[in-house]
Amino acid sequence: MGDLRDLSVSQQVGLLFVVVFGLLALVTIVAFGRSLRDLTPEQTALRERFARELRALWFAAVLFWIAWVSGPLGSTLLFGFVSFVALREFVTLTHTRRADHRSLLLAFFVVLPLQYVLVGLRLANAFTVFIPVYVFFAIPVISALANDPFRFLERTAKIQWGITVTVYGMSHAPALLLLDLPRYRERGAFLVLFLVFVVVAAQLGQEAATRRLRRRPVARAISRSFSWRAFGAGVAASAVVGLLLSWVTPFNPLAAIAMAAIAGAAGTLGEFVMKALKRDAGVRSWSGASSVTGAVGLLDRVAPLCFAAPVFFHSVRGYFGI
Amino acid sequence: MKLPEAAGLALAFIARLITGAQGHWHGSTPKAEQRIYFANHQSHFDWVLIWAALPHDLRAATRPIAARDYWTASPFKHWLTREVFNAVYVSRQRAKDGVVEEEDPLEPLMEALRHGDSLVIFPEGTRGHAADPAPFKSGLYALAQAFPDVQLIPAWIDNVQRVMPKGEVVPVPILCTVVFGAAVALQPGEERRAFLDRARRAVMALREVA
Repeated sequence: MGDLRDLSVSQQVGLLFVVVFGLLALVTIVAFGRSLRDLTPEQTALRERFARELRALWFAAVLFWIAWVSGPLGSTLLFGFVSFVALREFVTLTHTRRADHRSLLLAFFVVLPLQYVLVGLRLANAFTVFIPVYVFFAIPVISALANDPFRFLERTAKIQWGITVTVYGMSHAPALLLLDLPRYRERGAFLVLFLVFVVVAAQLGQEAATRRLRRRPVARAISRSFSWRAFGAGVAASAVVGLLLSWVTPFNPLAAIAMAAIAGAAGTLGEFVMKALKRDAGVRSWSGASSVTGAVGLLDRVAPLCFAAPVFFHSVRGYFGI
Repeated sequence: MKLPEAAGLALAFIARLITGAQGHWHGSTPKAEQRIYFANHQSHFDWVLIWAALPHDLRAATRPIAARDYWTASPFKHWLTREVFNAVYVSRQRAKDGVVEEEDPLEPLMEALRHGDSLVIFPEGTRGHAADPAPFKSGLYALAQAFPDVQLIPAWIDNVQRVMPKGEVVPVPILCTVVFGAAVALQPGEERRAFLDRARRAVMALREVA
């Protein structure tokens, strides 16, 4: 590991991408080889699902690579666009009324860009209070001016919740790029990758555990698969990945484990909350045939990140006392 | 690339950015055959949505209907409908001061169909805001009679009224879908009303698919 630390920052990132793309290529080749055999319809369905997930991973990896090549500006724009698509999906599935039109315009075309501008300008204090304070105030005012009291609290709360998750939460991921940590300048990209990897590890760990241990679900009405044991397995998986990746982070191994566990736990619990939301909206998955609109299904994938990013961001800040 | 073509691409891109403009084909496939697409009508955005949901190479031969008095009123509107969308202009008033004008309002549509173009029409005649589409006007029947070889493809546009409610100018990004269904053909000896109701039901049936 000592040799790795001697490499320049861009060499390290480059190495990381080589490893990631290499692994993806390997998995794709193996999956393709296995798809050539005869399969039962059940296996085909499973395979198709796997292929879809793999395509999403490729897409995400390429996006990250583009974000890294184009620097902090590029990644801020990239996350801003992801926020936009996620919010679009969220709003599609909530019942808004005509009177919400102006509030929604404000959310999409003012709040979202401004939040990312604040992130890009490294105004850490401004961007952490902009949405909880100013937008919290502005949205109900605009909605009230539209002169429609029907389910006012419900409508306003939904819009604010959507903004908080998809814009505020998500914007903390590119904000990691811009943190000024001691002896860790220009290496924010690692922190973002670290965050994404541990969150994904927690998801995968939890899913694998659910399949093996058939535990009693904690909240059957919301998720048939969520159990504390599986959750623990997910957090453990993220802690292991955190330890393995500790060499790219500014943390010592113990702190890396703790940070990874925090982010992984926040991510999986966030996904659990999203499941509750989906049940409420009456869809099984944001994507697929069951959806009202044939939404793209991005929200599903980024929701854990939206929940984990702010928690992780403030944990890092707290740890370094900045 | 010329300016209208670039403007068309930019518009399709914006429509996709804001609404997703996903086209789903159930019972028909996007083919370069001569067709009349007919859909429910809730917003000014409807046409752009159908147009953006069509594959790129079908867009040039698929034309909207535009009211001449409104869409030629300013140079920009005129340019947009003529150059970018290649619209078919129709006059809205048939009878003015009790005098019947010579031109049949369907004549420009017939002309376009004779020319081999595909059309997108909204047989309700006006934008509705009820959940169900209004009863269809008879133009569709006349076109189906005159051009039995042209496929009539029903389409259901979902969610678009939330994107741009009547009276608003700026669209809100909300995902929309356009579902294209199986072709509806005029049966021999079918009554006008029966056919129009059947066509309307074909459009509404796609709502369940969406």
